[in-house]
Amino acid sequence: MSRRVTLSLGYEGNLQDVVVVIPDDEPTPWQWSDKLDIVGKPTPRVDGPLKATGAARYSYDIELPGMLYGAILRSPYPHARIKSIDASRARRLNGVRAVMNMDDDVVRFAGHEIAAVAAISSDIANDAIALINVEYEQLPFVADLEAAMASGAPAVFENGSNLAKPRESALGDFARAFAEAEATHEGTYTTPVQTHVSLESHGSVASWEGDKLTVWTSTQGIFAVRDDLTVYFKLPGDNVRVITEFLGGGFGSKFGAGPEVIIACRLAKAAGAPVKLMLSRKEEHLATGNRPSSVQKVRMGADRGGKLIAIEVVQHGSGGIGAGSGSTGPFANVYRCPNFRSEERNVFMNTGPSSPMRAPGWPQGCFALELAMDELARKLNLDRLEFRRRNSEHPVRAVEFELGAKAFGWDEKSRTPKSNGALRRGIGVAGAAWHALGVSGPEAQVIAHRDGRVEVRVGTQDIGTGTRTVLAMVAAEEMGVALSRISCEIGDTRYLFSVPSGGSMTAPSNTPAVRQAASHLKQKIFRIAAPMIGADPNDLEIRDGVIQVRFDPTRKVAFEDACKRIPGDSISAQGERVMNYEGFRHDQAGCQFAEVEVDTETGIIRVLDVVAVHDAGRIIDPMTARSQVNGGVLMGIGFALFEARRLDPTLGIVVNPTMDDYKMVGPLDVPDIKVMFVEVANGITNTGVLGLGEASHVASAAAVACAVYDAIGVPIRDLPMTPDRVLTALEAKA
Amino acid sequence: MSDEKSKRPSEPVISRRSFIKGAGAVAAAASLVGVRNAEAEEAASNAGIAERLGPGAQSIELKINGATHRLAIEPRVTLLRALREHLGMTGTKQVCDRGACGACTVHLDGRPVTSCMMLTVDARGHEVTTIEGLGNPAAMHPVQGAFVEHDALQCGFCTPGMVMSVAAALAANPNASREEVRHATAGNICRCGTYTHVFEAALSATNASGKARA
Repeated sequence: MSRRVTLSLGYEGNLQDVVVVIPDDEPTPWQWSDKLDIVGKPTPRVDGPLKATGAARYSYDIELPGMLYGAILRSPYPHARIKSIDASRARRLNGVRAVMNMDDDVVRFAGHEIAAVAAISSDIANDAIALINVEYEQLPFVADLEAAMASGAPAVFENGSNLAKPRESALGDFARAFAEAEATHEGTYTTPVQTHVSLESHGSVASWEGDKLTVWTSTQGIFAVRDDLTVYFKLPGDNVRVITEFLGGGFGSKFGAGPEVIIACRLAKAAGAPVKLMLSRKEEHLATGNRPSSVQKVRMGADRGGKLIAIEVVQHGSGGIGAGSGSTGPFANVYRCPNFRSEERNVFMNTGPSSPMRAPGWPQGCFALELAMDELARKLNLDRLEFRRRNSEHPVRAVEFELGAKAFGWDEKSRTPKSNGALRRGIGVAGAAWHALGVSGPEAQVIAHRDGRVEVRVGTQDIGTGTRTVLAMVAAEEMGVALSRISCEIGDTRYLFSVPSGGSMTAPSNTPAVRQAASHLKQKIFRIAAPMIGADPNDLEIRDGVIQVRFDPTRKVAFEDACKRIPGDSISAQGERVMNYEGFRHDQAGCQFAEVEVDTETGIIRVLDVVAVHDAGRIIDPMTARSQVNGGVLMGIGFALFEARRLDPTLGIVVNPTMDDYKMVGPLDVPDIKVMFVEVANGITNTGVLGLGEASHVASAAAVACAVYDAIGVPIRDLPMTPDRVLTALEAKA
Repeated sequence: MSDEKSKRPSEPVISRRSFIKGAGAVAAAASLVGVRNAEAEEAASNAGIAERLGPGAQSIELKINGATHRLAIEPRVTLLRALREHLGMTGTKQVCDRGACGACTVHLDGRPVTSCMMLTVDARGHEVTTIEGLGNPAAMHPVQGAFVEHDALQCGFCTPGMVMSVAAALAANPNASREEVRHATAGNICRCGTYTHVFEAALSATNASGKARA
């Protein structure tokens, strides 16, 4: 049933033999010494031509005959009771086909759904929304973090406190160690609410046939949406089909069936016609999720040798009516400290709900941790990189610090004078950590057709990371055929189950299932090929599309000739993603370096140079992997310098729900980015692949903040580091 | 605190920032109220306008990707909506719907324009080129090929607009520098942050066309 194999695992210069027990039908995990033909080679993504020509069909592009357009009426008030809704004028408008009200009679943020319509055009749908008359009873609200925590603050949820119970954890004795420390630092660090701004908005096209529902939706989790819809509409799972062929970003905001998905389905049912309902940009900013704010009070102490001996972080933050604002993860993970205490408290207020966003909690925590590290290093009079080296125990990160410092020129840049008139340069470094190991659950099907085509089918989705490409590469590698022979079908709940694409789980969860399926299919093809060359199937191997006898390569048959002997049209095999093995390590390190230039007259910060060094087990496609890291860095620079959802606390509304007022990184803000990978054979699955989306984003804002501190000699402890904050900091220093 | 940082005692009563914040709140409040300015419409209608269209659907002709299309369309419909909802050309994307992100970029007589900021009726008499007109998966435009080759796309939603901006820039200047490419795409937002590869793709297309001529 299972077998023991000894694997050579680790990384360049640190290899060790690790014994793992694997099921009999699992291919032996790729190990350090395995030389692969396709995996590991930079490969343009297989669906690139569709995307570059506009031919890729996103949910937003789906058009069905007789399709209507939906629109949602949202509350202008942050807290109100709906006394009545008069939609009679909307119903009478020419072209309107369905009108519906939401079930709740209380709205808790400006932007909360109230009613919706479906009409024959999007313009008419929006006209109809404007004709709905709602009578509100405005209720007391709170849209300010500190005010929400005050005693007597208006309750966001009736009979409930705005302040959740603290989540605490502790190790050793913080108070004693802090008192004994050679050098200490205390500071409070804040981060704003960030919104996801996925370019494809949330939404769906919903279509009913009797009690069967098909939904094309912009989601990171087709099966999660299916499950939510079967519960909401009380349907058996088979009756709901969810399709996401292409997905225009998600970043954590697109798990499950949100209100806008349910509304599209309800409108379609009421109208008896398919309905497309895609949210506007404003609705995206108000109602589809955000990264919660944070206020982090940090106390930190080190001994004479520059070793951290005490860390405390007491944090609170708000994701509006959503929870999950904790951000202390990096404090317990990136550096080793024997005396540690953390406390997280979630605060509710009358603003749009939070949702997971790219490494939830970690960019906030990493920013506070790393800037505090720099402030402490300064008191210790210790080089900041050296301080981190002394406190980072992860062996891979040690290698990454080394490689990164060299590529970045840490030593040379440390010696370069900072000042050039009003412009001041500075450098920073920050450590990353994540744990993109993937999970069991996904199954894959691989099909060989008589014409020699090979098809991979998995019910996963591509958030933009290149899922089709990495799955096709793994299948091609295992099958021993060219990548061009493989097609990869994903994004449909008619395929075998897979998990949501979030938390960097897609590649590590799906590639092992695909490899197992491909290895099973290979055995089936060998059984067809064996009699063709008078061999035993067990003696066969395949390389470059040629099946041959392992010890006698003159006896061979082309893969496509073997496929011609497939009885029927095709032959297929399945594979499952088994639980992680013990392997080498169950975590990821990483580090990023940044150089900035600060204009001390205008307060404008420019990021000049970034070096990002990461490990993600075995890198399947270095090209798409590099793209992901570039993106993680740039989203982090946006968090550091520009992005903040701005509220008017007196009105309780968002004042910048647009892409011109909510500032993000554009082409002119892009620094030189050098991406480096440390390949690790970890053996925790048969592919040893880990994810990259989160790890590449954790340390980016932190490295920039540290560089700004280095440049101007005063820390900016509040993100984003806008020009006015830079100027205020410089004034305070002077 | 929350989204807004706590007040700093050293700050003057009205800083540039608080002024901007105040202005934003006013704008947002106005947009929520959704005022209909009937008088302004009335005044405009009498101000010597050469042509009067709408508000109902109007039969017009559009020249798109070399073909002439006749369609009945309300004058308020943007070129972006006309392409997507009336002509089924879904390659052009709507993202911000106010000219701030470049995802809906098409060419009007070879110049890049944001189709969300243009009324369909104003495109009459011009040559419109969309992403579909530039190339297709089997026969890609050199810029599209370069985007694939350099992985200048991730989720791909900004890609059609990004490709159109780069293609227009290189058509105008086949030897554009990196800095010129950056400026040519300055109005295109990519949330996946794939700009670096866009610059590389654009530069490779530049060099390729340079070599082709040499």
